[in-house]
Amino acid sequence: MSKTDIVTVTNLSKRYGSITAVDRISFSICSGEIFGFLGPNGAGKTTTINMMTGLARPTAGSIIIDGIDAVRNIKKAQSIMGIVPDESNLYDEMDGFDNLCFCGALYGMPRAARESRARELLEQFDLLKAGNRPFKAYSKGMRRKLTIAAALIHEPKILFLDEPTTGIDVESARQIRNLLLNLRLRGTTIFLTTHYIEEAERICDRVAFIVEGRIVAEGSVSKLLGSTGHGHAIRLTADAALEPFVCELQARVPGCTVRAEPGHAATVVSKERIPLYPILQYLDEQGVSVFEAKELTPTLEDVFVKITGIEAAESRKEARKVGIGR
Amino acid sequence: MKTWIAFWNIMKKDVRTYYLKPPNISWGIVFPLSWTLMQMIRSSGSVDLSSIREMLPGLIAMSVLFGTTSMLAVTITFERRGRSFDRLLLAPISLRAMVTAKLSGAVLFGALNAFVPVILAAWFVDLSEVNWVSVLLAVFLTALTSALMGLVIAVSAKEVFEAQTLSNFFRFPMLFLCGLFLPISSLPVCLRPISYMLPLTYGTDLLNSSILGASAMPPVLCIAVLLVFAILLFEFCQYSISRKWIL
Ligand SMILES: Nc1ncnc2c1ncn2[C@@H]1O[C@H](COP(=O)(O)OP(=O)(O)OP(=O)(O)O)[C@@H](O)[C@H]1O
Ligand SMILES: [Mg+2]
Repeated sequence: MSKTDIVTVTNLSKRYGSITAVDRISFSICSGEIFGFLGPNGAGKTTTINMMTGLARPTAGSIIIDGIDAVRNIKKAQSIMGIVPDESNLYDEMDGFDNLCFCGALYGMPRAARESRARELLEQFDLLKAGNRPFKAYSKGMRRKLTIAAALIHEPKILFLDEPTTGIDVESARQIRNLLLNLRLRGTTIFLTTHYIEEAERICDRVAFIVEGRIVAEGSVSKLLGSTGHGHAIRLTADAALEPFVCELQARVPGCTVRAEPGHAATVVSKERIPLYPILQYLDEQGVSVFEAKELTPTLEDVFVKITGIEAAESRKEARKVGIGR
Repeated sequence: MKTWIAFWNIMKKDVRTYYLKPPNISWGIVFPLSWTLMQMIRSSGSVDLSSIREMLPGLIAMSVLFGTTSMLAVTITFERRGRSFDRLLLAPISLRAMVTAKLSGAVLFGALNAFVPVILAAWFVDLSEVNWVSVLLAVFLTALTSALMGLVIAVSAKEVFEAQTLSNFFRFPMLFLCGLFLPISSLPVCLRPISYMLPLTYGTDLLNSSILGASAMPPVLCIAVLLVFAILLFEFCQYSISRKWIL
């Protein structure tokens, strides 16, 4: 374990009867980073969180959290964890404020401390007015926010979130992402699962892709983005169809491939960096104006598709609905 | 200290948000009250105050039984369904302390229930010869074993209605077999062993000896048996929770 690792998971497995939900996964999380666990439905994300937080017993493997063996001594490890499950698990009958205070009490916070912290969190999450309404009267986004607030009441060192932005609106999802970034600034380590690749790309320092219980890729976002070997790509948008100029363009920029696209556009792909001047000059001579030349960078989705061969279009479609897609 | 804060708040929350709600309190008042009236009217056609004293041990036992078993079974199943029970499993408090806190709420509520018939009876009959220390002990032990049975039901049930049905399934036969209505000696021989396997039998006998001064078994034996029941049931529940609910 290196000095900055706060979580080290080694060969962790979980079997339910004949189903292997998690299959010998290993990864580590550095102190103060946002670590994303990405995978499609049923990949084993929730099972992994449950094992790390004490809701499930590993079949094999080890989990070390802040120097504590979390398999043997989970109760000790739990005191530094904040946990946001995929479904809200607060008490319907209690109001927002009491829910937060109760959660604080579970972590042994004295009354005065938990009450002032609860007020602070309600304010921070814009829930002050809803503080004395029963939890069952909360909207979905409010429920998610209060659930996150409840996980933060004891100022945990490490925060686990299971799909924090699934099923809530654009604005709330954005608020939650900003909140996570702010928490990171203050030194909280964050482990989150998601199946929105764009979300992971936006806020995670490092990610692991998990498919069918196995980690298929792991690393910093920039490293994974660099690993696709796509070369370079530029997309041009002009005021006329570019179809007639494809051959000549390919001749002018050696080693490149040009593909005309609908909407007066074309994509230029090359292993080398693509010089813009020859392209613009030629098109100008032909009386065509180019409005935009945009470098296309690979996305985590490209990486994911490349590594796993799984079409992530589904997850992308869903992501658009909640406003993460571009 | 931290465990104590968590313990106290778990118990307080249960009592406040679940137990001290009008429909639950009514179990402790309406049921014994209607039972008493029915008995009094049946026995003489007119109201016979002296029989209140004879009925008191049975009423106390019933109030405790109704106040605890299904309460704990239903609230825990309910919290499991709503996933809020996970919160307790995720809290840095030992399973033993958490289970004890859950039990304490139900035991406390059961004990409060037990004193509803006592207070009502005190208006009509002289209770000065009652051994209150022994009543308290009997109430506590009966409430504890009944609450533990509720927990056993909670560990076996998946749905709230299942917990409710299971509670009644155990509760009603228990009332008839524990010597409350019929002395055990008048039960068919084949049913008697079952009677002696029910904690309520010992609780009732202990109440009889404390209030009426008459009992079938020595009080010390009853106390010992109830304690053994409590320990065994507690260990069983704790084991089952940790096996079944931590996946
Ligand atoms: N209690 C259980 N008993 C049996 N199988 C289970 C249990 N919990 C999970 N599984 C199985 O383990 C696998 C992984 O499930 P898990 O809930 O961890 O997936 P996930 O990545 O969180 O998916 P999602 O994105 O849908 O939340 C699935 O095949 C699931 O059916
Ligand atoms: Mg999941």
